[in-house]
Amino acid sequence: MATNIGDGAAGAKARDGREVIYRHTFLVRLTHWVNALTIFIMIGSGLNIFNAHPNLYWGMFGSELNHPFLTIHSIMTSSGMRGETVLGPFHFDTTGVLGWSKVGSDWTIRAWPSWITVPSFQDLADARHWHFLFAWVLVLNGFIYLAWSLGIRHVQRDLWPTVRDLKSIPRSIIDHLRLRHPTGEAAKRYNVLQRFAYLGLIALVTGMVLTGLTMSPGFDAIAPWLLDLFGGRQSARSLHFIFASLITAFIIVHLIEVGLAGPINEIRSMITGRYTVPQEHD
Amino acid sequence: MTIISRRNALIGGAAGGGLLLAGCGKITGADAFMGSPSYQHVITAEEYWTRASQRLVLSGGAMARQFTVRDISPNFKANGTLDPGGDEYNQHVAESFSNWRLLVDGLVARPLNLSVSEIRRLPSRTQITRHDCVEGWSAIGQWTGVQLGMLLHAAGVLPGARYAVFYCADNLEGEPSKGGVQSPGQYYESIDLTDARHPQTLIAYNMNGNPLDVSHGAPLRLRVERQLGYKQAKYIHRISLVSSLAGISGGRGGYWEDRGYEWYAGI
Repeated sequence: MATNIGDGAAGAKARDGREVIYRHTFLVRLTHWVNALTIFIMIGSGLNIFNAHPNLYWGMFGSELNHPFLTIHSIMTSSGMRGETVLGPFHFDTTGVLGWSKVGSDWTIRAWPSWITVPSFQDLADARHWHFLFAWVLVLNGFIYLAWSLGIRHVQRDLWPTVRDLKSIPRSIIDHLRLRHPTGEAAKRYNVLQRFAYLGLIALVTGMVLTGLTMSPGFDAIAPWLLDLFGGRQSARSLHFIFASLITAFIIVHLIEVGLAGPINEIRSMITGRYTVPQEHD
Repeated sequence: MTIISRRNALIGGAAGGGLLLAGCGKITGADAFMGSPSYQHVITAEEYWTRASQRLVLSGGAMARQFTVRDISPNFKANGTLDPGGDEYNQHVAESFSNWRLLVDGLVARPLNLSVSEIRRLPSRTQITRHDCVEGWSAIGQWTGVQLGMLLHAAGVLPGARYAVFYCADNLEGEPSKGGVQSPGQYYESIDLTDARHPQTLIAYNMNGNPLDVSHGAPLRLRVERQLGYKQAKYIHRISLVSSLAGISGGRGGYWEDRGYEWYAGI
């Protein structure tokens, strides 16, 4: 069974003589697309929930009466309403996007704009329903992915870096910066930065689930160690937001890399599993 | 006056002239799906599953974390109704609540009718706990009160009772941060008997060592520590034991529950 992306035996020659390998197993492809939709909805509904209290704090407690390190709000100035994002001592004018933005044709006070939230209108109750519904999908899908990937040793063989991988970090960084993508044999396996990125994503999603549970007063009662792990409920809430930002950064880089590496081949490999190995001087 | 909920307004708008709101919610189909009858089925299933999971993990009677005096928030935000107002409540404030009564009735063998000073003479419990608002903020405060389980024991819970319903003196019109204008209504809440008998569930009368102030629910409020802030009903004047929540106000067991929020608010 071709379960290893670097499994040359799975290779076959396409009609034009290029090598085609079976790169992604069915469950990896299925969980990838379920995850893609789920993360999209989790971020959108999460930002709608964030809008109900657009401040972040460190520690065990925090409200407007204490000291947020991040605030997204609107302020009245001599030139009218402006949206402002305050990060520590820094004030940014974010009119039109954060704090003061248009919903349809009406300017509205809301931290994150309508076009990014789920649902698009401000409603904490509905946003929570979406968030918790897809939280179950995220957890079940993630569990299936991890169990399968560990079971077929996908994580151990394809994601966990080898010593040789670690030694190739400087070269890999240079290759990425020069937008040079591996070809031939090297393209059949994940490079070291890919390995770190995918392992990092698994760690971040795990962190999202744990910080999410830490915000639950019920779950805190049975797992108070979570509060100690993350430094309190408000710290967990802030980390939840920061991990989500890092996941968003991952998605952006991931999409750029797919675009640079040959979007048709890459996307097809995540749908059919079959990947055409790029050749030298391609 | 016609009260239109945000959701109905959106559905009406969608039917009337197409969605004006462009958004992630629209791209993912979330907005449109919310107008469909399937939405309520899916959400009901999600709520049931989430509640059942919480009940499963919390059935062992786990305690909410208790903090030390040093951890108490310097400013405990007051939310929801800040002052019920009205002649009757103002009169109680003027009298320092000496004529306030707490009724415990419904499916009980011996209904209780207690004054605040009688409640204060009962064995008390003091705990420093974290209050988590559904909006996202938290505050830590010290609460002193009588364990609700003790009151229920004194009243004698009759077979068939499943919920304790808390009737409050405040009429709330809603909060912008919770999603725009809400229809006004008398505040009420409910919990099941598992939570009602939990040792940390109190009918509290003191906060941080002083009698509750008006903004924090004077003279009596609920503390049900493993759930969110909207369950912590303020200005309580009656606790009624019932077998079903149907027929009480909107029928979903609380002011915010009637407006779309989860009845079991452990997350």
